[in-house]
Parts: sequence; structure tokens; C-alpha cells
Amino acid sequence: MGGVSGSQTEHIVGSSAPRKEGRDKVSGCARYIDDLSFPHMLYGATVRSQIPRGKIKKIDFGPGVAWNEFVIVSAKDIPGRNWVALIENDQPCLAADVVNHPEEAILLLAHPRRHALPKAVAAVEIEYEALPAVFTMDSSERQEQIIWGTDNVFKSYRIEKGDVDSVWAKADYIVEGEYSTGAQEQLYIETNGVIAAFDAEKGITVWGSLQCPYYVHKALVELCGLPEDKVRVVQTETGGAFGGKEDYPSMIAAHASLLAMKAGRPVKIIYDRAEDMAATTKRHPSRTRHRTALSKDGKILGGEIDLVIDGGAYMTLSPVVLSRATIHAGGPYYWPNVRVRAKAVATNTPPHGAFRGFGAPQALFAIERHMERLARAVGLSPAEIRRRNFLQPGQTTITEQVINEPIDLGKLLDRALGLADYEQKKRRFAKENPLGSEKKGMGIAAFLHGAGFTGSGERHLASVVGVEGSADGGVKVLVSSTEFGQGTNTVLCQIAAEALGLPYEDVTMARPDTGEVPNSGPTVASRTAMVVGKLVASAALGLKQTLVAAGLLKGNGTAAEFRAACRAYVAAHQRLRSLARYESPEGIYWDDQKYRGEAYAAFTWAIYVAEVTVNLTSYSTRVDDFVALQEVGRVMNPVLARGQILGGVAQGIGFALYEKVEWREGRMANSQMTNYTIPTSADLPAVRVFFEELGNRYGAFGAKGIGELPMDGPAPAVVNAVEDALGIPFDSVPLLPESIFEGVERAAAWRATTARTPAGVR
Amino acid sequence: MKTEISFVVNGERRSVRAYPMERLLDVLRQQLSLTGTKEGCGEGECGACSVLIDGELATSCLVPVAQAEGTSVVTIEGVAANLRFGALREAFLNCGGAQCGICTPGMMVAAVALLARKPNPTADDIREGLSGNLCRCTGYLQILEAVAEAARRTAAR
Repeated sequence: MGGVSGSQTEHIVGSSAPRKEGRDKVSGCARYIDDLSFPHMLYGATVRSQIPRGKIKKIDFGPGVAWNEFVIVSAKDIPGRNWVALIENDQPCLAADVVNHPEEAILLLAHPRRHALPKAVAAVEIEYEALPAVFTMDSSERQEQIIWGTDNVFKSYRIEKGDVDSVWAKADYIVEGEYSTGAQEQLYIETNGVIAAFDAEKGITVWGSLQCPYYVHKALVELCGLPEDKVRVVQTETGGAFGGKEDYPSMIAAHASLLAMKAGRPVKIIYDRAEDMAATTKRHPSRTRHRTALSKDGKILGGEIDLVIDGGAYMTLSPVVLSRATIHAGGPYYWPNVRVRAKAVATNTPPHGAFRGFGAPQALFAIERHMERLARAVGLSPAEIRRRNFLQPGQTTITEQVINEPIDLGKLLDRALGLADYEQKKRRFAKENPLGSEKKGMGIAAFLHGAGFTGSGERHLASVVGVEGSADGGVKVLVSSTEFGQGTNTVLCQIAAEALGLPYEDVTMARPDTGEVPNSGPTVASRTAMVVGKLVASAALGLKQTLVAAGLLKGNGTAAEFRAACRAYVAAHQRLRSLARYESPEGIYWDDQKYRGEAYAAFTWAIYVAEVTVNLTSYSTRVDDFVALQEVGRVMNPVLARGQILGGVAQGIGFALYEKVEWREGRMANSQMTNYTIPTSADLPAVRVFFEELGNRYGAFGAKGIGELPMDGPAPAVVNAVEDALGIPFDSVPLLPESIFEGVERAAAWRATTARTPAGVR
Repeated sequence: MKTEISFVVNGERRSVRAYPMERLLDVLRQQLSLTGTKEGCGEGECGACSVLIDGELATSCLVPVAQAEGTSVVTIEGVAANLRFGALREAFLNCGGAQCGICTPGMMVAAVALLARKPNPTADDIREGLSGNLCRCTGYLQILEAVAEAARRTAAR
């Protein structure tokens, strides 16, 4: 397809078409799940475990509650299978005998009055026989208790490229480091919520705030024991997701459905903020160890990378998150020899899940911090160590995927450093830093992000999209791909309009409703513009061909002629619909066993530069300037694309400096916005966003993915800048003032010790 | 016990029967069907439930409805009648000020309050004026730019 040059509507893709649903959103008319209400609707609530691990001995319904007014559901009421279907069906919908984390759902209650629920939930008394629990990756790895399977390991991967064992003898330097990242809450401003209704004829219908209608559909079919056509899932306007509404909605939809089936009335469940933060998924904590062999001129000869992520109590999406972490572990560098060992382990905390970046931010934090250590060992600058090791076209990634696009990371780096005024600021800060209690520093992060599903993922998904012409001559895009702020509606309409030569206003989106739209796959993995977009373009062209074949349209008709042809076709045939199914491009090779081959259809590339001030009175860090330069294929919509980068960078700065989940016995102790801090408008610099556009032959009009990339770079760029400011390395995020204080104290103590040691003794 | 509470909502006199300590947010959303006002946190931290009470910006999740007795409350639905709203709406659309949209009504109300107070705000005024409203999608910059653009457009008129 490529550029469709010369077309009269060439400007639609690549223009800042206004957000499709924007007008409703800015005027407060957009209807989110909690804005909907059905006659005779009940409100549901969840009774959760109070302990991290144990057996359920007895459940009592305590005094002071009119229990006869409540609908009560336990595991016994589940008509089908008691699991939340996903990868491995290990997570029960309701705990029957045992609990494995402190937020596990045990009972469900429903009542006509929302306010009657909290007291009832608190009045349920559950007696447990507590079992010893596991709270850290270390103790899970040591297998002090076996809490999952035979070895606490959900999944492991191993990559072997070249011969790592041979490099150590040749190395001029061997550099080791250990890096860790904490859990991070997605903190979409709209909490999880659904409404379920049951009808003996029609089956179950669920409306909700969610990313993946067909995931929920599959889970409900298995849970309710209903045929596929008796389960319908409809996405309502969704107030942020970021991965946090990828798998969890299957759980809350299951709960509401069970209550609705038992009650015979619609049931709404909306989590309050504390429940949402504590009970739903967060970003996987991680620990990565690097051991790297370097030549004296700073070239990577090879290395071993050991990566562990904390999956929580059940598998959920951990294997897929781990996969992305594994493949991104080498960063945008050339490794002639490498061994990556990666595993996801179980702990007795709520399952960790999808969050923008999906394992890549964890792995890239580690390699981008490690590059600083490599630079120090060899005596090169942070820019130079990267430049000497950047992947070049024709070289292979750690999975031996050949880079076959003309990406020039050295040039990208030069441009970013120029935009950031990097060298001049470094010199100025070196002069000024000794003078005051405010220390300034500059930090670089270089990174890549694979767009779309990993390896054979897209082939297995085999997504289908539809484009429909309507009786009024307009065109509708039919996909299960959802809008939750990132711009799905707008960009897919731009693509269809461009492909058909129609004005943007003539194209609309069908509501994602499994009863109405085909399964275009989940809205995850930065795949929507690239993969789904390409299918929309091809379905749109199919629609046009149908009209041409019917003799209703000439090849290059005007928009008015198209509308007339559409109307004529629908009048004659009732329905005008064109479907397109994903077909894997030829020559794509992926070995799931050896983790070798073409991991992604496209990579996006970026260099971020952060400038920070660390205040040594308050030990707080402020980001003063931030340059985000990236190559994301064709920029489909400049305003939306910039918005994706700005939002991702903000979340990345939060991940780096503010957002800490405090764990107490497997439970999030700070499940409030007052004590889990995300950046406000006063905390962020005016981030500067720049694009390069190489295009991509696998994506619609050259699109690659964009959503996740900006989450990957800010944490290492900011922490590298803090190291530059203070001369002290920090290897964990979030990097809070107390950690900086400790680091500064430790460095001072170390300097005092070494100063007392006579020269020559050490 | 429920009592009758009277106040003006978006210019119209309304009476509701409610528990005095019920949250103004719930009364607006549930009894008066004004669902444009959103709940984000329920503890006054995020600003999604922002409304104007006698012209002052307030988080309606922290206001007992009894406290609204005799006041004039303006929600996002009422803000739409404000002269500045047209410029703000267009600026938000042009600049990419709304992504998922859940914080947007609160942002619009806060922006209207800010522009009423300071028709020609500086960049710092805008940053400060909206710092009580959390947004997880945008990183704020396009929101700040939208408010600045709206102020310019209104001033140019």
C-alpha cells in the first residue's frame, strides 16, 4: 500500500484529524460505565481474603445485617468452570478452599442500595488455617515454600546466541551489575467497573470499562457454561487502561455475571479507588543481573543476563510479559554472544499484569543503567559507549533477527544530544555543581520497542476486521479494538478514510460489541495502528472493489460517487460488508522453543535525554528538561502521537521518581491517591517531543507501534542523570528521596574510610 | 434521616431529599442525573469531581450535600453555557487536551474557574491552576497548551 500519493485525500493519514469522540469527552457527555443505570439494577461487592495464604475453614454471616436482602454468591454457584480463562487456567474466579493472596475474592454480595454493601462485606467473618506465604522473588526462587506448581516458576525462557562461555577469557573488562524495578499501579482515573445482565433467552451481556472484549467473552463462556452466542461483551467509554484493563476485566465481569445470573436482575460492580489499587494488577517487579565482557575499546564481546519478574499468585499474563522482557534485555545493542535466562516466579501477592511496556521497561532499565557501568569501566562517555555498540542495519538482535531497515542510531543520538544541548550543559554542570546544594546532571537512554505480538503471536491471533457501508452512504469500521484514550477510533477512521478517498467525517466506528464486531484481537502490544490498521485499510479496499465489481463505482470515484454507490448497493443487497483477516508476511521465522528468529514485525527506536536537579537539602529530584526523540514509522496523527509520547514520559517519570507500592504481607498498604503519588502538572517539565519517520512495510501507511515505547526510556534516562549529578550510582526504581539520602550517606562514609586508608595499602 | 436540601444547579433551582452527609457528587450524579461529574478517588485528590460552588472550585466528593444548601452549583453540564467554554472546548480538541476523557470534565471546570479569575494567565498560573486535577494520559502539557490557547482566543475577541 505505502503512500497512496496523488490521492485527493492524501492528507488524512498524517494529519491531526480531531479525536473522533473528543467532543463528547470535553463536554461531559461521554458515558462511562458508572454513568449507566438499568431498571431494577443491583450493586455488587466483593468479599476478599484477609490473609496472604491459607485454607478457608468456615464462613459466618455476622450480626447487624439483614442478610435476606442480599444476593450471595460463592464458588458453589458457578455454573461452568471456576477459573478466569486466560493462558493457564490456574486462577479461580472465587476461592473455594484455599486463598493464595490477600485480595483474593471469596464471596460476592449484591443489594439494591450501594451504601448497604460496605457494612455487609465487613460483617462476613471468615476463619482460615493460615499457611506460610512467600513475598519476595528471592524467597520464591529459594523455594522455601512451594506455592505454585512444583517449583514456583510460571515460565522460563532461555536465549543462546553465539558462544558466551568463550568470551570471558578474551575480555579486557568484565563488568557486573544488578538492577531492580518496583511494582507500578496503572492508576487510570476511571476505576474498573462493569454491569452484567442475564436473560434466559439471550444469555449474559456485560458492559464495561475494558480493553479486550473477546478476552472477557472467552472467560465468561467457560465460567457460565454458555454457548458462545449466549455471551455478549460491550465496551463502554473507558477512562484509561494502560494494560490495567487487559486481563482484570474478565474477573470483575465474571463476578457481576454470577450475581446477575443468581439475582435475575442486572448487577453493577464499580470498584472504589482503594479496592482497585489493592486488588487489581500492577507492573511486575523485576530484578536483572548483568555480567558483560568488553574489549578495551568498549565493544561488547558478550554477556549473561539473568532476569526475574514477580508474577504474584497466579500466572495470568506473566509468560507474555516475561517474553517481552527477555527479548528486550539486550537493548538496542549488538551482542555477538549472549545468554539470557529469564523466569517469572510466584509470590503471595495479587497477580501482576499488563502495564504499558509489558516487561520492556524493566529489562531496558537494567541494560541502560548497565551501559553507564560499562562506560565507567572502560573510561568512555555514556554517549560513546552506546555509539560503539549500537545495532547497525544487517546485524542481528539477541534473537538473531536481522535489522533490515536503515536505522542509524548514532545519528539519532547526535540529534537528541544536540536538541538537549547535552555537551554544553555537561560542562556547565561540572563547573557549577561543586558550588551549591543543588546538583544538576544529564542522562541518556537509548532503546527499542518491538511493535505487535511477539514471534508467532499475530499468526495465532489471526485477527479479523470489517468495514461496512451503510444505507446513508457512510462507512463504519468494525473492530474489537478499543479506544481508551490512545486514539484507536481516530487513527482507524483516518486509515479507512484515506484508503477509500473519503472525508474523515464520513467514517465512524462501531461500538466494540462482540455481538456486532469481529475479533480484531486484543488492544495491547502497540499493535492497533500497525496490524489492525493494515487490516482496516485492506478491508476498506475490499469494500471499494465490491462496489466496482457491482458496476456501481469507477476505480477513482469521488466521495459523492462512493456514497451513491454505497446507497445503491445496500438498497439492492441489504448489507455491504468487507472483512479482512491477518495473514503472516512471508519469510517470517520464529522458533518458540529456542526463542530465536523474527521476534517482531517492526521495532521502534528512541533516544531520550533527561536533565535533572537533585536538591541535597530535601533529597528530591526535579526533571528540568526532557528530550524525547523517536522513530515510530509513519506518524499517523501528529497531535495524538505527541500526546502518546507526553503521557508515556509522564508515567515513566512517575515510575522513576514517585510511584512506590508499599507492600505489607503481600498487600498494597498505600492504596490511595494521597499516599501513592503520581506526577501532577506541577511536577513535570515541558517535555520536548521529536519524531523521525522511516516507515514500515508491515504497517498501515507505514505505521509502527507507538503506545508503549515512551514508557521504556524515562526511568533509565532520569536515573542516569541523577548519577551524573551526584557521581553515585542508583540501580533501583522508584528512586525516592530516602534512597538518594542513603546513597549520599553511604558514599560519604566510603570516602571517609578510603581517605583514612594510607596510600598503597589498598 | 433524609432532609430536603435546596440549591441552584446550573442556574436552575433544585430540591432533593438526601441524607445531610451524602456526598454532593452522588446527589448530582444519581439524583440529578448529572453524570458529567466523575469520581476518580473519593478523597479530594484527583479533581475529577470538580464543580463550582458559588463560583469557587470544589471537589464534590468531599462536600456533604447539606453544605450545598442555598448555594449555586455549576457542573460541567452548566459550564457548557459559560461564554469561555466554546473557546476552551475547541482548544482542547485542537491541542489534544483530552485522551481517555475521564478527567476532562473536571479539567474543564477548573480551567473555567481559572480563566474567570485570570483571563490572561501566565504559563505558571495555568500549571498551578490545574495542579489539583490529575490526568494519567496526557502528561498535562497538551492540556496546559489548550488552556493557554483558549485564553488567547478569548482575549483576541
